[in-house]
Amino acid sequence: MGIPHTQSFGITLPNSIGHYPLGDQALVLSFGDTISEAVNARVRQVATHIENWSQPGIIEYVPAYTTITIYYDPLLTSYNDLLSALQPIVRDIAENQEYKRVKKEIPVYYNGEDLAYVAQYNGLSEDEVVRIHSEGEYLVHMLGFVPGFPYLGGMDKRIATPRKDVPRLRIEAGAVGIAGQQTGVYPMTTPGGWQIIGHTPLQLFDLSKESPSLLEMGDCVRFVPITYDEFIQLKTKSNGH
Amino acid sequence: MGIKVVKAGMLTTVQDLGRYGLQRYGMPVSGAMDSYALRLGNHILGNPDNEAAIECTVMGPTIYFEQEQLIAVTGADLSPTLDGNPLPMWKPVLVEAGSLISFGRRKFGCRAYICFQGGLDIPELLGSRSTYCKGQIGGWKGRPLQEGDRVAFRHCYKGKDSLFHWSMDSSLYPDLATNTIRVMDGPQLACFENAGQKSFFSNVFTISNNSDRMGYRLTSKPLRFKEQKELLSTAVTFGSIQVPPDGNAIVLMADHPTTGGYPVIAQVATIDLPLLAQKGPNDHISFERISLDEAHSLLKKQHAQFKKLKSAIALKYE
Repeated sequence: MGIPHTQSFGITLPNSIGHYPLGDQALVLSFGDTISEAVNARVRQVATHIENWSQPGIIEYVPAYTTITIYYDPLLTSYNDLLSALQPIVRDIAENQEYKRVKKEIPVYYNGEDLAYVAQYNGLSEDEVVRIHSEGEYLVHMLGFVPGFPYLGGMDKRIATPRKDVPRLRIEAGAVGIAGQQTGVYPMTTPGGWQIIGHTPLQLFDLSKESPSLLEMGDCVRFVPITYDEFIQLKTKSNGH
Repeated sequence: MGIKVVKAGMLTTVQDLGRYGLQRYGMPVSGAMDSYALRLGNHILGNPDNEAAIECTVMGPTIYFEQEQLIAVTGADLSPTLDGNPLPMWKPVLVEAGSLISFGRRKFGCRAYICFQGGLDIPELLGSRSTYCKGQIGGWKGRPLQEGDRVAFRHCYKGKDSLFHWSMDSSLYPDLATNTIRVMDGPQLACFENAGQKSFFSNVFTISNNSDRMGYRLTSKPLRFKEQKELLSTAVTFGSIQVPPDGNAIVLMADHPTTGGYPVIAQVATIDLPLLAQKGPNDHISFERISLDEAHSLLKKQHAQFKKLKSAIALKYE
């Protein structure tokens, strides 16, 4: 029921891909309502096409778990023109199943204030939590919540831990946390209820860069354990000193 | 040299038309809540559409001019004054060095814009001068203006005229007494009971006190779902009307998060976002359903008027 009925507008897209307007300036392509690596790859491929598109009137696009929303200027294009232009792109993606993911590594100093709790909760040692967390490969399903925050999929259930009962008022930028079966990194200092297991020296969202986000939707992420000295070294470097 | 803030007002921020292209990383667009008032103010001064101005909210600031500048005040009527005398809105006004602009009683609307010819000397951040307060990003040091802040002009006034005997035809700006906001069906309209859908389009909603640049909370009889279901997060935008499980709608505004997981029952037509932005706590609104085609033709009509206005004003500065 969550997925709206596709409106026809006289054009149908192949492979049961849905589409619907979000107001008068956005078109949403929908790839069903199940999160999967395959759906993520298709959304990523549409995004890559749009990035290199010469179609007039495109403002920006926002990929999510199973949708990609394309913002357009209705003075320069129309819903139907946009839909026609999307048809060949969507068809190509169906034929080209292979998709090579961009791999990125995030160094983590596993010193988080909740590491002991996460270990205790799951009946593991702290070292085992670190090993399990850093062995996994995580898919960036989307970015949102705050600038640069990745929604990561693929965490091992053995280290799943519920959120804190009382959220912390301040979680430092770079904190790596667990909330239920999710893991993620806080790009900026905010209040938050995640269990913090470590910190990365990298800036996930760097305002001084033209492309400020370290991660893109569709990337494949690994966490790499580092020592305190390496943390300080990398932190100094990433702050540009 | 430029202006000095003597009193901050309720929420006084630097805004242009917003920061686009980064929503896919979770960065909100921000920008003027009433982008139409901002654009008209810029047109009156011969500025580009996107020039940054000062957005004043309900209780405006008091601003001292250290240097003369041509300005235009647009949007809400918050009783602006210049050295104690009424300051006419919707027209160019040359403010002399040593003058004081302040605001009084709120007459119509919630947000007034002080536009400056040539703009403010504030660096762009990620392509925009808009302030995203919650993220402490952009605008003036990532925050609202405070007492003592000194913001420079990008250019000093070079014109010959000190008096302007024309003003913009105010019928171009929406009548702020209108309480009907035009909307299109939202992607998840079907998630609601028939009665819920009907009541959405016929209820009167009150904007709650708990409303800000991120979103307006609306109160009325709660809207009933057919079936409660969690949705996967997907993009939401300025004017998306989300309904959380308690049935009380929230309209997302300029600082809205880029994605959301609540059903979107309707989407405010772009043409009426400025009108909605001028509504505030305790104001009553209702929604009128229009089609996508109607929404587009309204925008095209407005654009044509805009072009006419722009060329008429260009002649004034020749």
